[in-house]
Amino acid sequence: MPDGILGNPGNLVEPDQVHKACYTDDDIFEQELDKIFHKSWIYIGHETQVPKVGDYWTTWVGRERMILCRGEDGVHVLYNRCPHRGAMLCQGLNGNAGKTFRCPYHAWTYNLDGSLFRIPVEEGYDGTAFDPKDPRFSMKPAEQMGIYRGFVFAKLSEGGPDLDTWLGRGARAAFDDICNRSPEGEVEIVQNCFRVIQHSNWKIFLENQLDALHPSITHHSTGEAAAEMQKVYKQRTGEDPPIGYQFLADFTLPYEKWDSLSTYGHPYGHTVLGGYMGLRPRDPITVSHEEALTKAYGAERMDEILSTNVHHVLVYPCLSVQPPLQQLRAVRPLAADKTLTEIWHFRLKGAPEGIYERSLAYYYHVNSPSTMVNADDLQNFNACHEGLRLGGGGDWVSFHRNAGQDPVENGVTTSVTGMSEQPMRNMFAAWKEYMSAGS
Amino acid sequence: MARDKKDKKAKKPKAKAKNHRANRRANGLDTQRAVEQFLYNQAEILDERRWDDWLGLFTKDGKYWMPPREDQETGEGMPNIFYEDLFLMDMRVRRVEHPYAHSQKPKNKMSHVIGNVVIESEDRKTGDVVARSKFHVVEFRNDNQRYFAGKYRHHLKKTKDGYKIRLQRVDIVSAEGPFDYVLQYWL
Repeated sequence: MPDGILGNPGNLVEPDQVHKACYTDDDIFEQELDKIFHKSWIYIGHETQVPKVGDYWTTWVGRERMILCRGEDGVHVLYNRCPHRGAMLCQGLNGNAGKTFRCPYHAWTYNLDGSLFRIPVEEGYDGTAFDPKDPRFSMKPAEQMGIYRGFVFAKLSEGGPDLDTWLGRGARAAFDDICNRSPEGEVEIVQNCFRVIQHSNWKIFLENQLDALHPSITHHSTGEAAAEMQKVYKQRTGEDPPIGYQFLADFTLPYEKWDSLSTYGHPYGHTVLGGYMGLRPRDPITVSHEEALTKAYGAERMDEILSTNVHHVLVYPCLSVQPPLQQLRAVRPLAADKTLTEIWHFRLKGAPEGIYERSLAYYYHVNSPSTMVNADDLQNFNACHEGLRLGGGGDWVSFHRNAGQDPVENGVTTSVTGMSEQPMRNMFAAWKEYMSAGS
Repeated sequence: MARDKKDKKAKKPKAKAKNHRANRRANGLDTQRAVEQFLYNQAEILDERRWDDWLGLFTKDGKYWMPPREDQETGEGMPNIFYEDLFLMDMRVRRVEHPYAHSQKPKNKMSHVIGNVVIESEDRKTGDVVARSKFHVVEFRNDNQRYFAGKYRHHLKKTKDGYKIRLQRVDIVSAEGPFDYVLQYWL
């Protein structure tokens, strides 16, 4: 490692390669939490996750534990900490708090917006600095909260761009695309969160989401098994196999197909991978979806909405959204070598049930704990992290494919080919900017 | 040979044996034993990765189902950890045995122990059975050991070839926890 390289993380990132310490070094990881995860907007959850007053879900932002909850006045994002003696207030993943959060230790209770409601024994505070109106004796809300089309974000620091500006055109498109596909313009979350632990750095997951070269190699076995079963299914039943098989059989697409896609690098590291799946076949479900959208928005707008074909929108550093399949994966880094993903899917309000079933099939095959797809991704992530941890084999990670060849216009980089390593370069450009700020 | 001798011996008190069998049947012990043997056999098939035998355990419309929550009452139209018919199971077998299934290099090994077998109901006419049981599974792969525990609920159809699974419901106690790497195939 070059002298003093860790003192200036910016030196770890070159235009076409990055130093392995970005992934494996514990001190770099702590800096990432401070400079990226506590300084940028982080996806918390969806408004419909907490439909009733008192409902809550807990999650992570950087090294903090946060609560998403619904009060009488809407949703709040609060630090999961009792200001009395510091106990975590919500221990479980989700639940309903009733009218107040009550600390299990000394029964300090808080309103659903975090403000102190009461303490059980009020004597003993005369002449002390304790003041029930002082915010430091209330649950602390996230420094900033923003909601875009029902998707709730928080930021654990003051200042910087507001949520809309920070998302920008590139990342807003994820939420616009998923919501616009509903004739009511809204989505509703399905109350099921699959959580998967990866023994690898969080950035390896993000890079993979935009990596159009890996599917036909990593998922070759699953793609072939699915393609074989499509034939078997047809032979034995005389019927067309369910669409789930096609989701997997797509992994057998040749390189040329993947190369024909485009990726787009937006500011703040947000990156988009174009769609490759034929999600607009002439089946009765799609046709009835078209009819519902035409009724709501008119034929021209319907066509515009359903012609939008993106596969992943990566909202850097915390979220990967698949709008046409109505699902997302939130990324929670737990350690340099440990990452939690929280995986959710959505119903399009007012859309035909078959559209939901399509989403459910993808959720099952790709995102459930029995997935035959991520099984091989996780294997690669672990192998990458293990390899990067080693000392002697080399220090740098190569992102040379099409480096310097991708055209930039109005701050947006468009890849020359689908398999360009542009997404990785775009994310690391943002990483460098975050990590160099204030140092 | 030894068995033949034993059988001949056993034949002598004929009436007594018949009564004994009738009592066992009345007490459901034959069913109990048959279901236990079925479950042990299924566990062994899985531990030994005998995939054709595995697929043969199910009826044509049989399903293997692992819900993500214990209070979930159906697998249809709901998110599931597993919800597979014979076609999906066949696909999983093809994938697991594919030479490019990277996460099966090395392969995982499993060891099942089944117990607490309870016959919940037995249809007098058809002989079909609903049975509950508990399982403990150790899985080993690539120097790591994982542990699973939970309960099965088998809906078994009685056929001339023995029991076949119409529906196997699997509730693991850790269903709602985070999954440390994924389940390659059934537990």
